[in-house]
Amino acid sequence: MLTTAKLTPTRHACTHCGEDCPTHPILLRDKPFCCQGCKAVYELLDANNLCTYYALDEHPGQKVQEVELPGRFDYLDSETVQAQLLSFRSDTLARLTLMLPQMHCASCIYLLENLYKLNAGVSESRVNFLRKEISISYVPAETSLKEVVKLLASLGYEPQITLAELGAQPNHGSRAIYYKLGLAGFCFGNVMLLAFPDYLSFTDQLAHAFGRFFGFISLVLSLPVLLYSAQDFYRLAWAGLKQRYINLDFPISLGLTALFSVSSYEILTGTGPGYFDSFTGLVFFMLIGKWVQQHTYDALRFDRDFTSYFPVAVTLLTKEGEKSVSVKELQVGARILVRNQEVIPADAILMRGTGQIDYSFVSGESVPVAKVTGEVVYAGGRQVGEAVELEVVREVSQGYLTQLWNNPAFQKADKQTLETYANKVGRYFVAATLLIAAGAILYWYPRDQQMMWRAFTSVLVIACPCALSLATPFALGSALTAFGRWKFFLKNSNVAETLGRATTIVFDKTGTLTDVKRSAVEYSGPVLTPHEQQMLSAVVRQSTHPLSLRLAEELPQGSFTVTDFVEVPGQGLRGTVNGVVVKVGSAAFIEAEPSLEQARQAKLEPLTAETADNRQSRVYVSLDDDLAGCYVFRNVYRQDLREILADLGRRYRMAVLSGDNDTEQDRLRELFGPKAELRFHQTPQQKLDYIAELKRQGETVIMVGDGLNDAGALQQADAGIALTDTLSNFSPACDAILDAGSFGKLNTFLKFTQDCLQVVLATFVLSFVYNGVGLGLAVQGKFTPIVSAILMPISSLSVMLFATLLVRLAAYKRKL
Amino acid sequence: MEIIFGLIVISLTVAVLFLLAFVWAVRSKQYDDTYTPAVRMLFEDNETQTPAKH
Repeated sequence: MLTTAKLTPTRHACTHCGEDCPTHPILLRDKPFCCQGCKAVYELLDANNLCTYYALDEHPGQKVQEVELPGRFDYLDSETVQAQLLSFRSDTLARLTLMLPQMHCASCIYLLENLYKLNAGVSESRVNFLRKEISISYVPAETSLKEVVKLLASLGYEPQITLAELGAQPNHGSRAIYYKLGLAGFCFGNVMLLAFPDYLSFTDQLAHAFGRFFGFISLVLSLPVLLYSAQDFYRLAWAGLKQRYINLDFPISLGLTALFSVSSYEILTGTGPGYFDSFTGLVFFMLIGKWVQQHTYDALRFDRDFTSYFPVAVTLLTKEGEKSVSVKELQVGARILVRNQEVIPADAILMRGTGQIDYSFVSGESVPVAKVTGEVVYAGGRQVGEAVELEVVREVSQGYLTQLWNNPAFQKADKQTLETYANKVGRYFVAATLLIAAGAILYWYPRDQQMMWRAFTSVLVIACPCALSLATPFALGSALTAFGRWKFFLKNSNVAETLGRATTIVFDKTGTLTDVKRSAVEYSGPVLTPHEQQMLSAVVRQSTHPLSLRLAEELPQGSFTVTDFVEVPGQGLRGTVNGVVVKVGSAAFIEAEPSLEQARQAKLEPLTAETADNRQSRVYVSLDDDLAGCYVFRNVYRQDLREILADLGRRYRMAVLSGDNDTEQDRLRELFGPKAELRFHQTPQQKLDYIAELKRQGETVIMVGDGLNDAGALQQADAGIALTDTLSNFSPACDAILDAGSFGKLNTFLKFTQDCLQVVLATFVLSFVYNGVGLGLAVQGKFTPIVSAILMPISSLSVMLFATLLVRLAAYKRKL
Repeated sequence: MEIIFGLIVISLTVAVLFLLAFVWAVRSKQYDDTYTPAVRMLFEDNETQTPAKH
């Protein structure tokens, strides 16, 4: 094997992942690689003739994470975990479905479906790309679950196995809508054919001879449509009535019932041909509307709670040694071991080791918190650095963080959304229809009793707001597609309506307004020579602390070796390079606060009370105990934040809820303007309460957040938008998921939802015109089956077309 | 004209067969994943070939 590292002046893209290679790429047969991980994957694929992977898509690979922890997947050998993960299990075959969020292109499908070439124990692997799932069958005698998962992880597709996945059966959506739609379409087509002779005068003879026979067949064909396909309309109307609430499904159910009863009566008594073609057609078109509305983003989950973030298993320390147990079995008093980058599963006391706990996702604090023996660490934090021993003090479900999910806001299966325009209009519709029907009776009663019944039933029939019910799904459905192109994924179309009617926007700070991945590093003090910078770089590269990692990126890489390296967690680093003692860390660690005298010499700002509060994001450097200077890490706000906020501030009431300290208050105040409410040190519960308070004041609230600490607020808000840097990553339960890259478009998105609502209202007007024409004919008793058969499809189709086109036009104008 | 009765019955039978075919398609998961099969069929099956070119 030929592996050389030689100096190449030009930048190379890694053959596997396509990322820029460092200045000294790892070469294998003249192909550059950015890291050993990527090279290893290439070698593995090359050895198995799977290099088609690289031919299908340009740079399909994922950068392979090098943090390979020993015993990382040991928990997969545990019986209880296997029993919950495997969907089928026998001595000769085991099957399971795993979620692979990294899957992103055709090459991924190719590689993942050829797993059997890499591990002979795998008998079959099938990918569902849209759901980002893989179903794997393997022979337990030849391989194990752990081996399969390890293989996937080594290829860069580490499966997402969290507490939430355990025991959950892969949910393959509801197929009922397809059955209902198929059945309605079938009956509609056939009934239409049978109704045809009635509409053409030259077939009079035919109609006489076969009219009743055709009528009976139509009746038989319409029964399953009424009993099965139209079920949902009745169910929803009844559910609304039980809550003393009339929704749009109520007039639909009323109209369908009238239509079916009148038609059955006419056929059974032989008085007419009935409206069965209109009836089946209505159901068919309205089901299309429902189908469009049901369109969801399969690969995204909008219902995640803390269990999706928590690990499946944890290393339990027993007298017999280390043991992997399911987190659900964790009991108070248990001793557990949490390694680097692992999530703490339950509130616990630190027993041994020094904790560096990254709570950024849980509490919004931007810098890891140092913990020493005897301190309480809360569940959800991520340990950075050495492995620590903990003693569990509260069960997983009783933790400080998890208690948030006991709040009533999470108890409701479906949170009460705003009353939709469609339902509001539907209610007036019912009232108007019943009035007109009553009027028709009063008018015709003294004149013609037969006409009275005809007019009355016709009014009820035309009152079926089919076109009306199609307006919202089609308009907002197209809006969802437009948003999807910009990686803004809405749970359903109701969310689009809520967004369009919002009055207040509340933001989280860390991770939402700020970009956690980037922080600006500023250096103050006498300029360091390149030689000194390289020495410093050599020292910080020994540490995994986030600030060290960030600093290492800033500094040029050298080839110095570090001796006597010591890391004092929460304090700093010390190492000897070329005989020079390099110290990096907090002011206290660098030995004594830099006195005013020293600081002035070093041209540093003196430490005042204000800056002292933010001391953790300052890193001091000393060389041979001489204070050299200091690096200041600042939160970096997202691009274009100023313009977005200025724009939003004109139209919305704004607020910021931060779990972090208030060091950024001045900058936020400047960004948000004097009217915005800024709150710091907010607990998840306080965030939730604040949103609830806003709602009590009658505001329609959008919450934009990212972490678990926002989960309550996201749930409580009318529309919760979770911001995420990688869509596949964990995002808490919410109504919409927004890719951080599209954050700059937020304002455009909100304006666009308002456009869409106007389209919906315009479409309502159009459908009223149709209903008006129909009603006009109905009260005169001229609403015959043929009029119905013409008016119904025309109104439905034109409303669908009108709504879709107008929304597309609006999207085009907004450049979405 | 009595033949019409027969024809109607036959045409309905054929139509019901199509409905059943549709139900079978839904049941056999053909509507669960409408994307992957379209990509899968494009892969070259080069199991027997030696060194894949790239």
